[in-house]
Amino acid sequence: MGKPEFDAATGTETTGHEWDGVKELDNPLPLWWLWVLWASVVWSVGYWIAMPAWPLVASYTQGLLGYSQRAVVANDLSQAKAAQAVYLEKIATADLAAISADAELLRFSLAGGAAAFGDNCAPCHGRGAQGATGYPNLNDDDWLWGGKLEDIQQTLKVGIRSNHPDTRVNPMPAFGRDEILEPAQIADVVEYVLTLSGGDADAAAAGRGKAIFAEQCAACHGEEGKGNMELGAPNLTDVLWLYGGTREAIRQTVRNSRAGVMPSWEGRLSSDTIKQLAIYVHSLGGGQ
Amino acid sequence: MNTKKIAWNAFSDVLAFAGSLVGLVVGLIFAIGGRDDVIMFHGWVFAAASAAAALYLFVRMIEGDGEPDETGYFDAPIRFATIATLFWGVIGFLVGDIIAWQLAFPVLNLDLPWTNFGRLRPVHTSAVVFAFGGNALIATSLYVVQRTCRARMAGRWSPWFLVWGYQLFIVLAASGYVLGVTQSKEYAEPEWYVDIWLTIIWVVYLLIFLGTMARRKEPHIYVANWFFLAFIVTVAMLHIINNAAIPVSFLGSKSYSLYTGVQDAMTQWWYGHNAVGFFLTAGFLGMMYYFVPKRAERPVYSYRLSIVHFWSLIFLYIWAGPHHLYYTALPDWAQTLGMTFSIMLWMPSWGGMINGLMTLSGAWDKLRTDPVIRMLVVSVAFYGMSTFEGPLMAVKAVNSLSHYTDWTIGHVHSGALGWVGFVSFGAIYCLVPWLWGRKGLYSLRLVEWHFWVSTLGILLYITAMWVSGILQGLMWRAYDSLGFLEYSFVESVEAMHPFYIIRATGGLLFVIGSLLMVWNVWRTIRGDASLDMEDQPRIAAAPELRELPAMTRPVPAE
Repeated sequence: MGKPEFDAATGTETTGHEWDGVKELDNPLPLWWLWVLWASVVWSVGYWIAMPAWPLVASYTQGLLGYSQRAVVANDLSQAKAAQAVYLEKIATADLAAISADAELLRFSLAGGAAAFGDNCAPCHGRGAQGATGYPNLNDDDWLWGGKLEDIQQTLKVGIRSNHPDTRVNPMPAFGRDEILEPAQIADVVEYVLTLSGGDADAAAAGRGKAIFAEQCAACHGEEGKGNMELGAPNLTDVLWLYGGTREAIRQTVRNSRAGVMPSWEGRLSSDTIKQLAIYVHSLGGGQ
Repeated sequence: MNTKKIAWNAFSDVLAFAGSLVGLVVGLIFAIGGRDDVIMFHGWVFAAASAAAALYLFVRMIEGDGEPDETGYFDAPIRFATIATLFWGVIGFLVGDIIAWQLAFPVLNLDLPWTNFGRLRPVHTSAVVFAFGGNALIATSLYVVQRTCRARMAGRWSPWFLVWGYQLFIVLAASGYVLGVTQSKEYAEPEWYVDIWLTIIWVVYLLIFLGTMARRKEPHIYVANWFFLAFIVTVAMLHIINNAAIPVSFLGSKSYSLYTGVQDAMTQWWYGHNAVGFFLTAGFLGMMYYFVPKRAERPVYSYRLSIVHFWSLIFLYIWAGPHHLYYTALPDWAQTLGMTFSIMLWMPSWGGMINGLMTLSGAWDKLRTDPVIRMLVVSVAFYGMSTFEGPLMAVKAVNSLSHYTDWTIGHVHSGALGWVGFVSFGAIYCLVPWLWGRKGLYSLRLVEWHFWVSTLGILLYITAMWVSGILQGLMWRAYDSLGFLEYSFVESVEAMHPFYIIRATGGLLFVIGSLLMVWNVWRTIRGDASLDMEDQPRIAAAPELRELPAMTRPVPAE
């Protein structure tokens, strides 16, 4: 090494090395930096002493605090379960009417039902149960399969066109696709269906459609088109439509049928949760 | 040129040619005998690339080298890697922004398998980390090691094999993702045969780097080269161990990991975390240690700090992987070690920041006048911020809120856009005039624009992700008094919507910034007259053009 070299701008000595014009100053380690580094080391050693830390041959150092993540989780879960047990034990044995009559159980069921609804039902029915095209709105009183507590509970259990043996099915023929009706007949019956809910329709066509309706549709939808909840047949006289009430939407429904689905929740959710859900959905505004 | 050198060149020509033929045969075997469409397609791509290489080498052997330059630095492969950096950078940023818009508006998935988020996301991550970042590291490391060792790069064809072979790796990986081939390990998605190809490339990279260092005429090894070497060696180790897998069939694309369950998860995050540590930190610190002092024309702040923070960083980083697996099946003791080593890593990480920032002492005024040095310095500031945020998020109590939320995404991007992106941009703005023999950049004003547009984009991105991440974490953990979840998952998704739009807008600004850069670099390479040469520092010029005082520099030829 030659004589020491100093940087002009800062007056600091350099290391005397140079690479492609890059030099280095011989500054010491910043003291605060060194102290924080050592402090983090000391803290870590302390943490190792307190907590499970170093692997041994067949086990590991347990730490003075005896901490175990699994024990913490098990404890949290059992506390949460204990806190809810008082309600759940009663809900398990009570029927839906009794639960609804008990203010405490009702409050619990509405809270539990809302949480279960958000995680399981909201993806199709919407977070506010407002539904969407093809997914029923659960806030109104236009029920396909009935709006009593037991009806809702049953729908939740077995689903619609699900793999449950007792699943609900409301088969409507695809009148056009399966060539049960001629396109002209379908057009006529659509005009008649439009008149049922007071829509604008071609009177002559609707007149022809009335006979077709009586022959093909009335068996399920009723003579007056008021529907039948036993069969899951929608009321056609109101202005609430699952797949749309325009001429074109109704024509599609008659032509191709629709066949919406809902999963069976029995086995996927506990029977307590299904009860809570039934009470929650019933409470949304349309419960009967 | 002496006869020994001529014989040696002829030997390496024949070796390279034979290697290309082997590649052609291997490619054809996969192309014809492959068990599925994707591996057959990849076989054809590999065979075509090998055939092109063989043809080129054959013509070169017939025609000879012409006037070889064996005396100076070997920069042509570095110029290639520099352009590849920009090319993949724009693609990677663009795909990133597309998937950001997909999260805000799912209809943009287009209902096609090739364009859905799940397949495009690894295209984005691999394109930015390995294609953009990897090419930037190859270009800068090979430039820096030659200059700081005063030695010509080792190898005659191997550097070309490295840069072209690396692009082939990128093409095989990305096309595989889009076509649905993945081994489902984050940041290590390519299947076994692409992994083997990358292993070969990487060993050649290591040999070139070591070979160049072995020729060095400087007595000491510069700190940038320690970092580059640590990056190359460790990434090789991580890649090989994490990707150990058993192919279902020899000529099929599907394989299964050698590890199972929590061991597989731990190996994956040991890899994943150190991909961040050694690829995105150590490698880019190597870049920082050359380009910051070089551009600022100031000495590195502290040699001692560089030694201590290098070794402490290297030693501590490798332990921190378990912090990706808190509150999982990973044993408590491993979680404890991951957390404590992450916290001990804070100061070693900051050592690089201190050395980078303090190197500016005596030259802070350059931040005002030179947007390139400002980009480099701001990258160091982002590095400091995200290496503080990292240990903070590695505290288990903090992690219980932040884990699985957008906060993690924001953290990654403050490192990726702010640190990795800006330090690479700064290095490229330095490198391009130096490599192409220009007196400066086409426009320093455009660099200003790039800097501000991208900085605004980064700030929008990370602030949106902080808010949405913490909001998500709080919504997920909220319980009512009866012990039921306050919010459903879809509600938390819905709440993210405005932040996803802000994030994607920030990303768009970053893409626009990178396009400004491409335009600027292209005009510089083309040799167009600079618009603002009088504003550019002396150091902006290529070394051979640097000595003329600014005022007397001739106007570049039109």
